[in-house]
Amino acid sequence: MGPIELTALELGAAIKKGEVSVVEAVQAALEAISAQDRTLNAFITVAGEQALDRAKRLQAGMKDASSPLYGVPMAIKDNICTMGVETTCASKILSGFVPPYDAAVVERLRDAGAVSLGKLNMDEFAMGSTSETSSYGPVKNPWDLDRVPGGSSGGAAAAVAAGLGWYAVGSDTGGSIRQPASYCGLTGMKPTYGTVSRYGLVAYASSLDQIGPLCRDAADCAAVLDVLQGHDRRDATSLPGRHDRPGWTGPSADYGHLLSGLTGDVRGLRIGLPVDCYGDGLDPEVRRAVLTVAEVLKSRGAEVVELSFPVLGYAVPTYYIIAAAEASSNLSRFDGVRYGRRAEHHEGLADLYRKTRTQGFGAEVKRRILLGSFVLSSGYYDAYYKKALQVKAVIKAAFDEAFTRCDLLLTPVAPTTAPRLGESLSDPLQMYLSDVYTVSVNLAGLPGLSMPCGSDSKGLPIGAQLIGPHFGEGVLLNAAHAFQLDTDHHERVPKGGEPS
Amino acid sequence: MKITTELVDHICGLSCLELQTEEKQDMTAQLEQIVAYMDVLNELDTTGIEPMSHVFPLKNVLREDEELPSQDRAELLACAPASDGEAFLVPKAVE
Repeated sequence: MGPIELTALELGAAIKKGEVSVVEAVQAALEAISAQDRTLNAFITVAGEQALDRAKRLQAGMKDASSPLYGVPMAIKDNICTMGVETTCASKILSGFVPPYDAAVVERLRDAGAVSLGKLNMDEFAMGSTSETSSYGPVKNPWDLDRVPGGSSGGAAAAVAAGLGWYAVGSDTGGSIRQPASYCGLTGMKPTYGTVSRYGLVAYASSLDQIGPLCRDAADCAAVLDVLQGHDRRDATSLPGRHDRPGWTGPSADYGHLLSGLTGDVRGLRIGLPVDCYGDGLDPEVRRAVLTVAEVLKSRGAEVVELSFPVLGYAVPTYYIIAAAEASSNLSRFDGVRYGRRAEHHEGLADLYRKTRTQGFGAEVKRRILLGSFVLSSGYYDAYYKKALQVKAVIKAAFDEAFTRCDLLLTPVAPTTAPRLGESLSDPLQMYLSDVYTVSVNLAGLPGLSMPCGSDSKGLPIGAQLIGPHFGEGVLLNAAHAFQLDTDHHERVPKGGEPS
Repeated sequence: MKITTELVDHICGLSCLELQTEEKQDMTAQLEQIVAYMDVLNELDTTGIEPMSHVFPLKNVLREDEELPSQDRAELLACAPASDGEAFLVPKAVE
């Protein structure tokens, strides 16, 4: 068995035992990338030389190998700043931008001995559900090259599913980790808002954005999250750890114990099934596969509670109003003055801004900026933006009520398996509607996990979503781990795939 | 609600974006469809509900005022399309 077939934790253990060297692992990944990525288009930048240099240094410094992920090669979504490595957000406006600093998560990964293979393709500025809005061309799904890998972290999902790296770090604003994980048969997690620093993440919608892992199983996810989570003074919304701030009485997290907390014991765990999530519009094959998760966990001693979640139908419009509003504000920084590209021909400063932005942004980004400017503009602010913030409070309250009756919610990740390339681009509203099960999690700041739970008649992976209360990461990961102890859907990930 | 091309021109101005005639027609139709869908929120009575901008009650989080080094100016200016080594350069803004 070559290193490509191992999980990240298995590879980390093999490196520690000296069975595989860090350099061998990086070489195996780089070979897989050169064999397959011309077809998949999962990477925007492959940093092969840097990865090999770092691998040699890590191998020489093995005595510091305290992290279970030491020496394991991985890759980073291209909206996360990497010092000295181009960071484009898959947008023309940032082509050539080489950040002079690392994002907080990149620092944390480096301290844990990670090796980055490069930067992953995505929807432009993380705006999209298919990874087709990238200015570097669409990403292909390694399960079926005529289908999308999901989005916006589609390059991350395709790369890990195809064995071009052992795990990836993406971002999730409305489902951008969970939905591509689902379409590509991976386990992915959007953590509780505020538990992973956003410092160095190019902002899309700041109140919703959160960085998280895409992995081959729940144990890998737990190990990566143990590295990513933690307090950071440079992100004003970062939540302190239990011991970070003496005297603090606000919300705080117990960081760093997710991997050690995986027991597989789910006796007495109350699983909520929101009946509204299993109604019209859900593919029957997806419904059947997701419900098997409840059966498996029940056989291990969990209880299943049916409950209603009547606000589901308001989640998508609320999300798109808030996300677009924040995007229109966040993306005003791209003006051709401080970084990225500037339009060549312009007449004066205002025209420089206009031409740079008009030439630099793609259609979906423009659509969301315009929508955001509209909902924030005088005369429409109360009817749309303020209304959405009120509905957000209603959605948050509905989750609070649900979590008095259960410990986690089990829902589909998406209404269908991966659609064909090109199907979603012509109808933006249809694409937005496919986010129905994921966006409410971001609105309420909750942790959400996506894991494979079966495949449809076409052989495409189906994902199940587990949603927990704030700081419920451990409960979700343990439930997913329990499910994966009894099933092999996560092992069906085409580890290595077929060289094209 | 009806989205007119005049309204799209107005929000293009607010957004510092230009649309060609054909793009503008497509965008107007798409925005109308999207905004019509968003009007579903009007079904929900939210009278008296406080708008929620942040899910955690994090207010006035204060910390000690410490002096820390900031980014190197030359490194930051190197990211810019035009600079003179001390400042970002832009076309003349005041006549």
